[in-house]
Amino acid sequence: MNALTRNEREAVARTVLELAVNNHPGVMSHVVGLFSRRAYNVEGILVMPVGDGATSRIWLQVNEDERLDQMVKQIEKLEDVLTVRRHGAEHEVFVRLEEFFR
Amino acid sequence: MSNRNRETLSGAEIVVRLLERQGIRALAGIPGGAILPIYDALSQSTQIHHVLARHEQGGGFMAQGMARATGLPAVCMASSGPGATNLLTAIADAKLDSIPLVAITGQVPRSLIGTDAFQEVDTYGLSIPVTKHNFLVDSAESLLEIIPRAFRIAASGRPGPVLVDIPKDVQNQRVEVDEWPAPGRAVEPPPADPTLVEQAAAMINEAARPILYLGGGVVHSGAAPAAVELAEKASLPTVMTLMALGAMPVDHPLSLGMLGMHGARCTNLALDECDLLIAVGARFDDRATGKVAGFCPQARIVHIDIDPSELDKIKAAHVGIAGDVLTVLEKLLPAVDRRSRATWLSRVGHLKASHPLRMPGIDDPRTPYGLIRAVADCLDDQATIATDVGQHQMWVAQAYPLRRPRQWLTSGGLGTMGFGVPAAIGAALAEPERTVVCFTGDGSILMNVQELVTAAEEDVNVKIVLMNNASLGLVLQQQTLFYGERIYASQFKGMPDFVRVAEGFGIAALDLDRETDPLSALSAALTARGPMLIHASIAISEQVLPMVPPGAANKEMIGG
Ligand SMILES: Cc1ncc(C[n+]2csc(CCOP(=O)(O)OP(=O)(O)O)c2C)c(N)n1
Repeated sequence: MNALTRNEREAVARTVLELAVNNHPGVMSHVVGLFSRRAYNVEGILVMPVGDGATSRIWLQVNEDERLDQMVKQIEKLEDVLTVRRHGAEHEVFVRLEEFFR
Repeated sequence: MSNRNRETLSGAEIVVRLLERQGIRALAGIPGGAILPIYDALSQSTQIHHVLARHEQGGGFMAQGMARATGLPAVCMASSGPGATNLLTAIADAKLDSIPLVAITGQVPRSLIGTDAFQEVDTYGLSIPVTKHNFLVDSAESLLEIIPRAFRIAASGRPGPVLVDIPKDVQNQRVEVDEWPAPGRAVEPPPADPTLVEQAAAMINEAARPILYLGGGVVHSGAAPAAVELAEKASLPTVMTLMALGAMPVDHPLSLGMLGMHGARCTNLALDECDLLIAVGARFDDRATGKVAGFCPQARIVHIDIDPSELDKIKAAHVGIAGDVLTVLEKLLPAVDRRSRATWLSRVGHLKASHPLRMPGIDDPRTPYGLIRAVADCLDDQATIATDVGQHQMWVAQAYPLRRPRQWLTSGGLGTMGFGVPAAIGAALAEPERTVVCFTGDGSILMNVQELVTAAEEDVNVKIVLMNNASLGLVLQQQTLFYGERIYASQFKGMPDFVRVAEGFGIAALDLDRETDPLSALSAALTARGPMLIHASIAISEQVLPMVPPGAANKEMIGG
C-alpha cells in the first residue's frame, strides 16, 4: 500500500497539517496513534519546540483521503493539541526538507 | 481555597487528599507493590471507603457502576503491570460508552522505568487508545495540577475515562503544599451556533414525518426531560439507542422503544419512512443503524452532539450542531412549533399495531420475557437495572419497562461480558437506597464471578437474576441463523451448580426452577434486602427476535 512509485506519489493529493501542541513525552504517541489505528499513513513528520519549549509545532504530511476531515476533528480533541491548521501540499516546510532525502 | 498551613506531604498523601476534596466517598481497587504508598495513605482517610475488588476489571466496573448511576466521575485503582492490564477492559468499556472514570495506577519507580523491572508494563502507552486522556506523573508537585485536571477532563464535554499512572517514588516524594487547587469539575462547553439552531427548528417545523432519535448523550447531559418535552410539543415519534433507554418512558405514547438490530419491526419500519431524523446525543452506531446506506433513506438529518467529531462521521447531517444537548434543546424548544401531526402519528400508530414487538411467553415466568416482566412487576421505577452481555441483555432492553434516565446500566459500545455484576455492585454502593437488579447469563456471570464475594462483603442490595440457557446464547443464535446451524464452542458441557457457587461466595441464592410458585418466591427475594442470586433456567432454543443480520439494512429483519 505504501510502496508507491515516485510518479504515483506525486499524483496523490497531499495535505500538510500544522499542529501546536504541549511539549511533553506523550504527545507524539497521542497524535500518531490516531493515524496508525485507522491504518492512515503519515508520509512526513517534523517536530520542533517553539519559543521557550513549553509548546512544540508538529508538521504532518498526509495523503488526502475522505477520512481527513474526521482525522482533523480527532486531532483537535486531543488534550495536548492547542490548534490545528490545514495547508496545501505546496507548503514549503516539506519541500525545503527534500534535500535531506536525496 | 487557600490554606495558610504549610504542610509537607508525600505524593501518595496528596493524591488521597485531592480525592477527598473532589468529594470521592467510595472507590474500588486492588493493592500491589507499586501502589502501596497510596494505599497506606488511603488507610488514614476517614472519608473514603475503599472497596476491595477481587479482580481489577471488577474494580473498574464497580467504579463504572458508580459513575453510570450518578453521572459523576468515579475512581478505580490498580497496581503496576498485571494490575494495570487487568483494568484496561473496564477503561475501554468506559471510553466507548462515554463514562467519566478516573483510573489511578501505580508504576515502578522512575529510575526503573524502561528496564523491564518487575511488574513494569507501559501503562501509559497501553492506555492511550482506550482513554480520553492519560498522564504519566513525573513529580509529586505536579499531582496538584494533574488530579483535578483528570477529573475535569473525565467530566467535561463528552465524558470519558482518564488514567493517571504514578511511579512509586513519586508517591513517596515529599513536597511542601501550602495551597490546594479547586476540585476538577466539568467546564461549560462553548455555546452552539444560534443560526444552526434556527435552521434545525425550521426543518422540524416543515417536516411531515419526523422522528426523534435519542442516544446516550441525552442521559449524560441530563436532557431527558427536555427531549420528552420536545417530542411532545412537536409530536415526534421517538426512538432510543440501547444507551438511551429510560430517557423517555417506554410506555409514553410517542415512544417507539429501541431501534436497530433488536428493535421492534414497527420502530425500524417507521425510521424507514421518516423524512427528518433528529439525532440527539447519538452516534449512528452500526448496531443502531444497520447498513448505513439503508438507514432512514428518505430523511434529512439534524444532528446535535457535544462532540464535533461525531457530526458527519457516519452520516452527513443537513444541520449539524455541536453543543451540549441540554442547552441546545432548551434553545430549540421555543423555536419549534406545537404540532399535532395527526397523519404521521396515525401512520406510526398503524405500524405499531401491525408490527409490535412480539414477546412470546410474557405471562410465563419460566420464559425469558415472562421472567423479565415478573421481575419488573415486583419493582418500581426507583430500581436500577444492570445487565451483562448476550441474549439476556437484549431481552431486557426490549421488555423491561425502563422509565427513568440512569435507571439502565449496560455495556453498549464494547459489549463486555462480565460488566453486569461489578457494575451493579458499584451502583448499589453509590445509591444504597435503591434495589439494583443485574440480569446476567451463565456465560457472562463467570467472567467476573469472583465479585460475588465483594457483594457479600459489602452487603449491597444487588439481586442477580441468572438466565441460564446452558450456552453462550447469543453466539449459538448467530450460529443457528447465519452459520448453517453448525453449533460450535457455544454450548456448555460442564455446568456449575450456581446456587452452591453463590452460597459458597457467601450470598443467598434462590433456584426458581425448584419453586412451585415462582412469582411469590421472586417477589419475596426482590423485596428482601441484601445480595442474592436468583437462578432461572430457560430453554436453549429461545432467540432474541427480531434480528437484523449483521451488515444488512434494518428493514431486513428476521423474525418477530
Ligand atoms: C468479554 C467478551 N467475550 C466474548 C464476547 C462475545 N459474546 C457476545 S454474547 C456472548 C454470549 C453470552 O453468553 P451468556 O452470558 O450466557 O448470555 P446469553 O446470550 O446466553 O443470554 C459472547 C460469547 C463478549 N461480548 N464479551
